[in-house]
Amino acid sequence: MNEDSDAALRDVLGQVLGLNAARVAALTPATPLLGALPELDSMAIATLFGALEDRFAVLFDDSEVTGETLATYGTLLALVRGKRRA
Amino acid sequence: MVIDRERRYRLLIVPPLFEEMNRTRRLLVGTMRALDINGIDSFLPDLPGTNESLQAFESQSLHSWRTAMARAARHFAATHVLALRGGVLVFPNALPGWVVEPVAGASLLRQLLRAGVIAAREAGEHLDSATLLETGRTEGVRLAGYACGPALIAGLDSARPLDEGQREIRQSDLGGAALWLRAEPGDDPAQSARLAAIIAAGIAA
Repeated sequence: MNEDSDAALRDVLGQVLGLNAARVAALTPATPLLGALPELDSMAIATLFGALEDRFAVLFDDSEVTGETLATYGTLLALVRGKRRA
Repeated sequence: MVIDRERRYRLLIVPPLFEEMNRTRRLLVGTMRALDINGIDSFLPDLPGTNESLQAFESQSLHSWRTAMARAARHFAATHVLALRGGVLVFPNALPGWVVEPVAGASLLRQLLRAGVIAAREAGEHLDSATLLETGRTEGVRLAGYACGPALIAGLDSARPLDEGQREIRQSDLGGAALWLRAEPGDDPAQSARLAAIIAAGIAA
C-alpha cells in the first residue's frame, strides 16, 4: 500500500463532503474542517473514518477521532500519516 | 418504488442499510428509470422499519430483513437481483444478479458505534465504542438516530456478504464519487445510467 496519503485523503474527504475537484485541490494544511463545514456531523465523521479505514487498511481508536485531529486538513493528514507508519 | 410492466426481466433491488440507503436513493430511482427504458421491470422495496414501512425499526434484525427481501422476490416474481453495500447481507442470493461494493456487517456496526460515540461526546457524555456495543448487545441502543435492537446488533457483528456467484460491480465501474459516502444525499445521473447499462447488458447475455 504505497498510495500517497495526501492524494488519498483528499479523494475520500471530497467524496464524503461532496466537494468538486476545485475545492478538493484548494485544501491546504490550514483549511479548517470541524466547525467550518456544517455537513461534517457525527454520522459524516463516522463515515469519513470508516472510509479511511477501508482505504488504508488501518483501524482508528475512539481516542483518535477528536476535535483536535479534525481541526484542520493538516491535523487530519498528520493522523493518517502517523497511522500508516505505525 | 415499483416499475412493473409485466416484462420478461424483473429486477429486485435490495438497498444499502442505514444512512447509506438515503444517500443512494436517487441513484437507485434513476437506475430504475433507465432500466425501464431498457425494457426491464424493477422493484425497490422498503426494508421493514424504514421509509414507509409501518413496522418499528427497533424490532428489526438482519433475519427480518432477509425474510422480507425473500418474500419481495417471490411477490414480484423477480428474475434477477441487485444488492448494494449492506444489502448484500440480506439479499435473496439464489437469484442471479449483481452486488455493488459488498460490506461486512462489522464495518457498518463500527461506523454506527463511532457515530454514537461522537454524538455522545457532543452532548457532553463520555462513552466508548465497547460500552455502546455492550449496551446494544444486551438491551439495544440508539445509534445515529437508529434504534437498534439486540438482535440487529448481534447480527451485524458477525454478518458476512452473502453473494454466491452474482457479479460484483465496483465503484470504479460506475465512475465518479461513491454516493453512499456523501454526507448530503446527492445524485449522479451518469452513474445511474452506467449501472443500468451494466445490468441491461448482463441480463440479456
